[in-house]
Amino acid sequence: MKVLKSAYSGLIFLFLYAPIVVLIAFSFNAAKSRGVWGGFSFRWYESLVQNAEILHALRNTVVVALLSAVIATVIGTAAALGMHHMRRGLSNFMLNVTYLPVLNPDIVTGISLLILYVFIGINLGFSSLLLAHITFNIPYVILSVSPRLRGMNRHIFEAALDLGAGPAQAFFKVIVPEILPGIVNGFLLAVTLSIDDFVISFFTAGPGVSTLSITVYSMARKGIKPEINALSSIMFVVVLLLLLTVNIRAGRDVRRRAQTHVRSRSPRALSSRER
Amino acid sequence: MNRRLRLTAVPYALYALIFIVAPLLLILYYSLTTGQGTALSLDNFRRFFDPRDTVYLRVLWRSLWIAGVSTAICFVLGYPMAYILSQMKERTRNIISFLFILPMWMNFLLRTYAWMTLLERTGLINTVLKSLGLPPQEIMYTAGAVVLGNVYNFLPFMILPIYTSLTKLDRNLIEASEDLGAGRAVTFFRVIFPLSFPGIMSGLTMTFMPAVTTFIISKLLGGGQNALIGDLIEKQFKVAGDWGFGSAMSVILMVLILLSMNALSRYEKENAGGGLM
Amino acid sequence: MKQLRCLRYGLLALFLLLPSSCKSAPTPGGPSTVTLKVFNWGDYIDPDVTALFTQETGIEVIYTMFEANEDMYTSIKASGDVSHDVVIPSDYMIRKMINEDMLRKIDMGNIPNHALIDDRFKNLAFDPQNEYSVPYMWGTVGIAYNTTMVEAPITSWTALWDEQYQKNIFMMDSVRDSLGVALKMLGYSMNTKNEAELQEAYNKLVEQKPLVLAYTGDEVKDKMIAGEAALAVVYAGDAITISDENPDIAYVIPQEGSNLFVDSMCILKTAENPEAAEAFINFMCSTPIATRNWEYINYSSPQKEVIAQMPEEFQNSPARNPSAEDLARCEVFEDLAQTTQYYEDLWTRLIGA
Repeated sequence: MKVLKSAYSGLIFLFLYAPIVVLIAFSFNAAKSRGVWGGFSFRWYESLVQNAEILHALRNTVVVALLSAVIATVIGTAAALGMHHMRRGLSNFMLNVTYLPVLNPDIVTGISLLILYVFIGINLGFSSLLLAHITFNIPYVILSVSPRLRGMNRHIFEAALDLGAGPAQAFFKVIVPEILPGIVNGFLLAVTLSIDDFVISFFTAGPGVSTLSITVYSMARKGIKPEINALSSIMFVVVLLLLLTVNIRAGRDVRRRAQTHVRSRSPRALSSRER
Repeated sequence: MNRRLRLTAVPYALYALIFIVAPLLLILYYSLTTGQGTALSLDNFRRFFDPRDTVYLRVLWRSLWIAGVSTAICFVLGYPMAYILSQMKERTRNIISFLFILPMWMNFLLRTYAWMTLLERTGLINTVLKSLGLPPQEIMYTAGAVVLGNVYNFLPFMILPIYTSLTKLDRNLIEASEDLGAGRAVTFFRVIFPLSFPGIMSGLTMTFMPAVTTFIISKLLGGGQNALIGDLIEKQFKVAGDWGFGSAMSVILMVLILLSMNALSRYEKENAGGGLM
Repeated sequence: MKQLRCLRYGLLALFLLLPSSCKSAPTPGGPSTVTLKVFNWGDYIDPDVTALFTQETGIEVIYTMFEANEDMYTSIKASGDVSHDVVIPSDYMIRKMINEDMLRKIDMGNIPNHALIDDRFKNLAFDPQNEYSVPYMWGTVGIAYNTTMVEAPITSWTALWDEQYQKNIFMMDSVRDSLGVALKMLGYSMNTKNEAELQEAYNKLVEQKPLVLAYTGDEVKDKMIAGEAALAVVYAGDAITISDENPDIAYVIPQEGSNLFVDSMCILKTAENPEAAEAFINFMCSTPIATRNWEYINYSSPQKEVIAQMPEEFQNSPARNPSAEDLARCEVFEDLAQTTQYYEDLWTRLIGA
């Protein structure tokens, strides 16, 4: 039985990792063409540093991810706070609206924004891309901050005011520390989603503005540049190493972590991998 | 209750109005327009549902069918894996569940592209088969390739929620079942399986949803031979320029998804409690 | 949770640590540097050329690619007024864009190298006065076939309907090219607006679909090099790229005739830097640059000096230098005006079928 279980797990892992092994192997392939092995070489790692197209896309990806996450975190946290203090009916209505981009297929979100931009005359470009990312990030911030607010004592804000704090002071000194984990989680989720996104960016990015995903897509149609394999391999190995060190260091408290880990990934966060 | 705090939601309310609500209304509006004139009509929907020319309905059917098959395979492959995982020692299963997530840190387009290298006629799998003297397989550009791409990309979304619901299971229930004389099989089918239903439900949604709406996987691995509804929508917006028809198809897709999500979450509330999220 | 957080931070750190030697995103109205936005077909320029242009003129180039004329057109329409300066569409699309007032007249006085363009490529129907476009590359559409996989040399479009090549055929994922093939095989014009003829061509393509392995874009080059299929409908230049890597590949312009295309450089009406755009077009027509591009892309060049220096063995290649006879059977695409939508509908249905 045990053998059977291990064999089964092994097969599943083989399936999941086969393409990744292929990618990493080909990042060391001296030949340019896929499917031909021209010997071991680091040349794609060297030319990666000079590939303006890929680096430009990388830069865009990072800038959009960070900017959109910061803005979404600010707007989203404020929104969660406001919704928490609203009448039930109104806040439920707003929550339903918030769920729309989460549940809607990405392709629908993408084209609906495209139509909006064309309709109100926003030119497709960097800002249209940024606005789109903010749009799909805000709901995740709200959805990770809200539970924290629900778990908080409703009266501490007023208590702080009664004790002589100004509203801003009360907010930053009392509320923020309470909900900080939710904010941080929302921010990180937003960054991750933004880095991953393909479909929505594909419809909303303007000419000359491309993210890594868009670059990979256009390359897939005319032949992937091996430098992309090199970049992905670096990213993959770094994530793997981080994971291993963290895992070796922190042995305790495993169960709780595993659960929060899985729970912290909402369907969209997970399914975003597809984009 | 503090009135002033309520106002902090105002910026978002405005933002949501412009970037969430208005775009969806605009899609609806565009779906009622055709290229000529400004009069509203149902022509785009008539075209889609035309009983004399069922080509679009067949594409929708193909999308549902391919997504359904992919989801079923994910379930059949994923449930045993989640079960095996949930029975491992805590430390091991923690590491292994991470190994399921790890591939997802690599760009999904790239991983799908790597499958091309494996599946082609001159690809790695066929090269290996040939060297073993086995007949080559035609996989690339078939519906099977699209299903494979879906299963590959979405399998972790099936495994993880099921795994979570299995680890959250109350061990006492299993022991009680065994104490009362139930065999392992009976315990599994009468106790464990029903209790993992919430996980199964979110697993099914999380694989089916993206599989129905994808257009990349079908484009890269299907080669235009197995176009899905997503491909048609993308084509209308990116190439053909028929935004009205593209919007109509999006509306149909959106209604389909939202309705089924709604049905599912209602089902979940009745049965196990806890929303999909 | 902590673990996951570390994971994400790590990823971020990785991004931030990577050298940011890349050019920063264009900032409109930024200081002194002029930027020029060029929109061209995928894989349709020597990658070093834009850098050479920047070196020579100090003008930064933002280079973006499209996959098909229709794709380019939709993208420009959707991106409003500040999209690109220079675009390189094909003949019929140029006509369409002129008709829709999307292009700007080029001041040929600023493009002295226009004199180097062969007269055969001037005063063409889509731009009879040479007011809006400067030819960049030209070529034909034909069949690239793997000589080890076919019995006799291919001569006709009908080979694409031959059952012995079942699942051994690549068609183009492009409405005009694919419908054009079927129309030509049936003996009709590639520019027909006759719906009965189009319907007949569509039926032919539906009939053909089970024989087709895939409808492809640029990736067909890699696939044919690897030997994935026996036949592929390709642009002549791509056939050369393929046969350079795989000597078994031959190219034919089928006897029924085919499409002759001319891709020309144009300036958009909304261009922010028309002067820079003209400088770029002139630069592209200069002999050393036209030669570089010709050598890299393999499409036929309309530049006289490039043609003159072509080695002798290229003179007889149907891909590089089609005979006058072949060319006489070829048609240049025309703008279809209202019928465009009909073509698109047929194409959407074919992909869905």
